[in-house]
Amino acid sequence: MTDRTTSPAPAPSPAAGPATLLVLADGRFPAGGHAHSGGAEAAVKAGRIRDAAGLEEFCRGRLHTAGLVAAALAAAAALGLDPAELDAAADARTPVPALRTASRKLGRQLLRAARAVWPAPGLDALAAAFPRGAHQPVVLGLTARAAGLGPRDAAYAALYESVGGPATATVRLLGLDPFEATAVLARLAPALDDLAGRATAAAHRARDEGAGVLPAASAPLLDIAAHQHAQWPVRLFAS
Amino acid sequence: MTAGASGVRAHARITAAADGRGGTALPELAGSGPLALRRTGCDGPEAHVTLVGAMSAPLGGDRLALTADLGPGAALRLTSAAATLALPGRCGTAARYDVRLTLADGAALRWLPEPLVSVRGSELAVSTRAELAASARLLLREELVLGRAGEASGLLGSRLTVVREGRPLLDQEVCFGPGAPAGWDGPAGLAGHRAVGQLLVVDPAFAQRPPAARELGEHVVAAPLAGPALLVTAVAPDALRLRALLDEAAGHYAWSAACGTT
Repeated sequence: MTDRTTSPAPAPSPAAGPATLLVLADGRFPAGGHAHSGGAEAAVKAGRIRDAAGLEEFCRGRLHTAGLVAAALAAAAALGLDPAELDAAADARTPVPALRTASRKLGRQLLRAARAVWPAPGLDALAAAFPRGAHQPVVLGLTARAAGLGPRDAAYAALYESVGGPATATVRLLGLDPFEATAVLARLAPALDDLAGRATAAAHRARDEGAGVLPAASAPLLDIAAHQHAQWPVRLFAS
Repeated sequence: MTAGASGVRAHARITAAADGRGGTALPELAGSGPLALRRTGCDGPEAHVTLVGAMSAPLGGDRLALTADLGPGAALRLTSAAATLALPGRCGTAARYDVRLTLADGAALRWLPEPLVSVRGSELAVSTRAELAASARLLLREELVLGRAGEASGLLGSRLTVVREGRPLLDQEVCFGPGAPAGWDGPAGLAGHRAVGQLLVVDPAFAQRPPAARELGEHVVAAPLAGPALLVTAVAPDALRLRALLDEAAGHYAWSAACGTT
């Protein structure tokens, strides 16, 4: 079978090892992510997250929607797909203006840090093409590429971030035991492994067929709550 | 239409064209199997077509398709006579329903089907793709209902892709029910709601007067897309309440045939 989707042309082999991925995926990487709860603040306020079990269900839902979409975009950017096409694909997958604004702001902050940490012409070009910030997953993918990481690494970083943010935020919002919150993340690890594989496969397919084939999984209630959250006069997290 | 061991295959086609006298002609109106089409009147420039369910569908294994092609300046209101029930099939495979909408410059389509109800044990994947020229207008409503009253849902997936001038304007996929990706009914999913819907308004006039993002109710938000379009997203306990929310939103944002040009 000459299936282009399952036998992609070999990507340039990533030069960097797991230690570089640890640096990129570290919650202490100075890219401003700590100010965002990934929708957890709104879900806590609405009573939809009350404990570790609620956090886990929330994270599973987010992983399979926003997490998968971000991971596929990041993997595609790391693979070298056109950042402008990926940025447009991210716009089409982000119907709520509050989330588009947050994503571009996070992208701008990440790009600033990335250019200092892993200077590369590709990052300079991205900054020049998107003065107001590109979508965060696109920047994340190009950052991984600049760091010598591959598409699967970029997908992992995006997926881990999509649940790490809500877990940390819930510790602060609910006073949840940090041990319990970290145990939630540990239980999600197999799902992350699975989704990283799917996001990477989708990125390879997009290289042949265009960004339109990337996953577009959405969560209507997350979108609705994100708009409502952005209107709160006082909030602990930016999104 | 053909029917085989794997289910029904049916493809209904509509072609709409401006008739040169201020109205819209329908050079092609071809129903197929469970997808029967009736011309049900007109209102000024806008032709009305109703999709009439001629038999129970979609059943598992069925492959249904609906194509509407609007030429320059054509105006069409496309509705359905009743809710579509996704039912389990004998062969235990998924059903597909593909809707393809193509709008040339100056064309206006209102695609306002009745709800899609996922019956227990059914499996249906819906795909809607709309391609619009720069000055085309689209009003699209989608209502997904998980189970009949008091019934568990089947597996229901729906992808909605809107491309305008070759650029993606909206791309969204949802999947609900037993077998859907984990978390679909959790706090980041539907959180117990059983009806979810969208109203999409694509109107080049929004480029000059962009609508503001607005909360229309507890679980209803109107959001301007990154382009001249607005998407209303709503979740509700049931189909009736969902329709009320989307009708109210349509009153705010949708055009009517009588004032065809905005």
